[in-house]
Amino acid sequence: MTNNQSTDLLFEISHLGRRCHRLPACDVPEKDATALVPADALADAPPPLTEVGEIDLIRHFVNLSKRNMSIDTNFYPLGSCTMKYNPKRHERLAGLPGMANLHPLQSDASCQGMLAMLWSMQNILAEIAGLDAVALQPAAGAQGELAALLVAAAYNRDKGQTQRTRVLIPDSAHGTNPASAAIAGFDAVSIKSNDNGLVDLADLKSKLDDRTAVFMITNPNTIGLFESQIGEITKLIHDAGGLVYLDGANMNAIVGVTRPGDFGADMMHYNVHKTFTGPHGAGGPGSGPIAVRAMLAPYLPTPIVVKDGDAFKQETNRPKSIGRVRSFFGNVGILLRGYCYIRTLGPKGLRAMTENAVLNANYLLALVKHALDVPHGDRCMHEFVASASKLKRAKRISAMEIAKRLLDFGYHAPTVYFPLVVPEALMIEPTETESKETLDAFAATLLKIIDEDPAFLQNAPHTTPISRPNDAKAFKEPILRWKA
Amino acid sequence: MPYILNTGADVKAMLDKIGVASVDALFKMVPDAFQLQRPLDVPPALTELELQQHMAELAGKNKAADNAVCFLGGGSYDHFVPAVVDAIASRSEYYTAYTPYQAEASQGSLQAFFEYQTLICELTGLDVANASLYEGGSAVAEAVLMAISIDPERPKVLVAESVHPEYRQTLATYLANIQKEIITLPTPNGALDPAALQNHVDDKTLCVIVQHPNFFGNLEDVNAVSRLCKEKGVLFIVSFDGISVGLLKRPGQYGADIAVGEGQMLGTPMQFGGPYLGMMACREQFVRKIPGRIVGQTVDRNGRRCWVLTLQTREQHIRREKATSNICTNQGLFALRTAVYLAALGPQGLKETANLCLQKAHYLADELCKIPGVSLRFKKPFFKEFTVQVPGDVPTLLRKLLDAGYHGGLPLGRWYPALGNCISIAVTEKRTKAEMDGFVAAMKGAIR
Ligand SMILES: Cc1ncc(COP(=O)(O)O)c(C=O)c1O
Repeated sequence: MTNNQSTDLLFEISHLGRRCHRLPACDVPEKDATALVPADALADAPPPLTEVGEIDLIRHFVNLSKRNMSIDTNFYPLGSCTMKYNPKRHERLAGLPGMANLHPLQSDASCQGMLAMLWSMQNILAEIAGLDAVALQPAAGAQGELAALLVAAAYNRDKGQTQRTRVLIPDSAHGTNPASAAIAGFDAVSIKSNDNGLVDLADLKSKLDDRTAVFMITNPNTIGLFESQIGEITKLIHDAGGLVYLDGANMNAIVGVTRPGDFGADMMHYNVHKTFTGPHGAGGPGSGPIAVRAMLAPYLPTPIVVKDGDAFKQETNRPKSIGRVRSFFGNVGILLRGYCYIRTLGPKGLRAMTENAVLNANYLLALVKHALDVPHGDRCMHEFVASASKLKRAKRISAMEIAKRLLDFGYHAPTVYFPLVVPEALMIEPTETESKETLDAFAATLLKIIDEDPAFLQNAPHTTPISRPNDAKAFKEPILRWKA
Repeated sequence: MPYILNTGADVKAMLDKIGVASVDALFKMVPDAFQLQRPLDVPPALTELELQQHMAELAGKNKAADNAVCFLGGGSYDHFVPAVVDAIASRSEYYTAYTPYQAEASQGSLQAFFEYQTLICELTGLDVANASLYEGGSAVAEAVLMAISIDPERPKVLVAESVHPEYRQTLATYLANIQKEIITLPTPNGALDPAALQNHVDDKTLCVIVQHPNFFGNLEDVNAVSRLCKEKGVLFIVSFDGISVGLLKRPGQYGADIAVGEGQMLGTPMQFGGPYLGMMACREQFVRKIPGRIVGQTVDRNGRRCWVLTLQTREQHIRREKATSNICTNQGLFALRTAVYLAALGPQGLKETANLCLQKAHYLADELCKIPGVSLRFKKPFFKEFTVQVPGDVPTLLRKLLDAGYHGGLPLGRWYPALGNCISIAVTEKRTKAEMDGFVAAMKGAIR
């Protein structure tokens, strides 16, 4: 069953004079707008938004929703994104009026339950990190990176270490790392990966000096490998007077097994929307709290929730703080879902989460590695990166072709062409919430696809609502809005 | 274990296939010295029922807008959210999807974002909108980063003191280590004085930032500010209120180059500050400098119209340290909510909502000012929010009002020491005459 109604744009189904939402009559004596505001501030007419009736509005967006893959409909082995199940209870609890209808600037006394939850979340995230203090404010991982790098800059400024202008970043890192470093005012310096996919220590040493402010490391890294040299690396950085930052996007591999603070990280961000399953919402929202060692705590963004006797309050008066990185407290709705997840799992459940994430990834790896080249060994953490290089040479099947063909079988594609250090990368992360049967079926499909006729793959997908889009056209002749 | 499906037998079969004896063996890469030898010290697990009870208990300790009538504003408002918005946003095809990098599997969200972008262009009267930023404060900072990449040489950033204090703090944080000078222009009369601005705008000025209506609720003289900016070739950045443009001129109509704004008031619950969304739109000529994701129209191999993420060479995953912004995850679900909200209201609904806010705010202001000792602090036109001076100690007054069942207003002394005896009061279309009359009576009682 297809429904063309959904592919028409809202603007095309708009019909002059229709409307959905209606407002009550004004119950106070009404004055002419020109009596209240200057005429030159008033518009002649309201913005030309669409005019649609309720049933058409609902059909439009419901039918559109069917043109999406989602976790609730499809397996989503999308590396680096930790697409685990989003529990339904979280949606119900986040919608409790006593949580959802709180104003961000209402008095602390009037939101003690909310502050108690946030205070507890600060403590939990500090414990999982093995670090001393947490700020929940950043809106996503990238904003957490920026906030933490600004903390590092403020700390160095205080210590008179203003020559520390560089942030060292492995070439396998996510693009947000160097982008955040640049906005924080640092020079981003790239560190090579070695043949095993780990940090090239010689390259690191050659670039490490008293200009180094921070070394940003993703551990396990984006190839899905735990940096076995992590102790040596953090010692090198600390000896040179630098700080170690952990990109926590891959925490799903280590929660309860090892703690960043214990292996030498001085600061880190969480992606609550990944590790603690805030739903991704087709691109957001996220939540990117940061955790730091005690010496960095005074510089954290504000507010921080503190407990004063039996009462909780938001502390804003922290003279050394970098300030705030956004308005209001943070992405509380996502923090609340993360809190619910952690409270549901408890200490044992959190470890089981990690163990099963790693078990599932290794199992999937074992199922496919004979057919698909996995350059960095036959063991991984929560994800692994396969390469279609050989297939491309032998059969002209690229990572993109495999990804697109998987869609035909109802699987979301893995992350492709990231990390940049693996050619023809297919980054696969199954997460702990999938069953063995799902992994078996996915692996069988993957193996079947690489035996298919390359010409057929080059035109995949064949069954999705659209075939491959012309990206070059979108780029060269940008159409970014509907026009009559 | 909750959400985990592997049984003991599954685990054994999987370990056999992998070729290791135990799950612990999979963690060999983690050096022993760093392995945690104890369970995490976090609270014990709760079943769904227990969790529900726990969260309900926490929620019960909060006074929500349902328990006390909300007159709080300052960037987050108790506007009405029609049921259609929740019905669409709670479809898990939307909320459990990932960023639409695979266009063939994401046409639903991509089309919704394209519609969102178009609606934001209509709302702002500008040419191009992105698919959302985090929220209103960092959107101001992103607008300034964008201005810097448009015009890298000019060092001065002028911002009116009447811009939301937390937005200005955010801007200061973002620019802390970038060689630019932020100059805050005082607004003692409740809005920026264009004559005073004239003395500051010169050929070293990168941009001027105003909020309209501003943090005090007052209208700025945006026409005059715009004229000044045009004369000096300075970028004009405005933080606007999405409801207000139902009545007021849109940013593009008064000459803004970049418009940003908090999107919460367009269909998103207040939820103690987030998640919200930052709206951003600009003139066509700046399109390759705009931060964040953008959806564009194209065709598929069969010539069918479709949508993709485009102009990605601006973004961090391609450009790394040279990207226009570091933003990756944005606020997709809230862009969807905003699109549904705006479509549900339509032009007439937005106008009526704006008018109700305007009328009711003025009614309440008039009634409050009949109380001896209460007066409007500024002689400026305002929209849905206004600033009053009150007698006595402000925190005590607000506490009494809360006890009487009202979130009574924001104590402005928290951000503006000179306004220690002032509160700002916001009135949305939800407030009834009865609620407002009750509030006036409570205020009278509290002041006496
Ligand atoms: C390794 C890594 N680092 C950082 C980020 C950025 O996080 P966010 O998208 O939450 O800003 C991501 C995710 O997109 C990531 O995968």
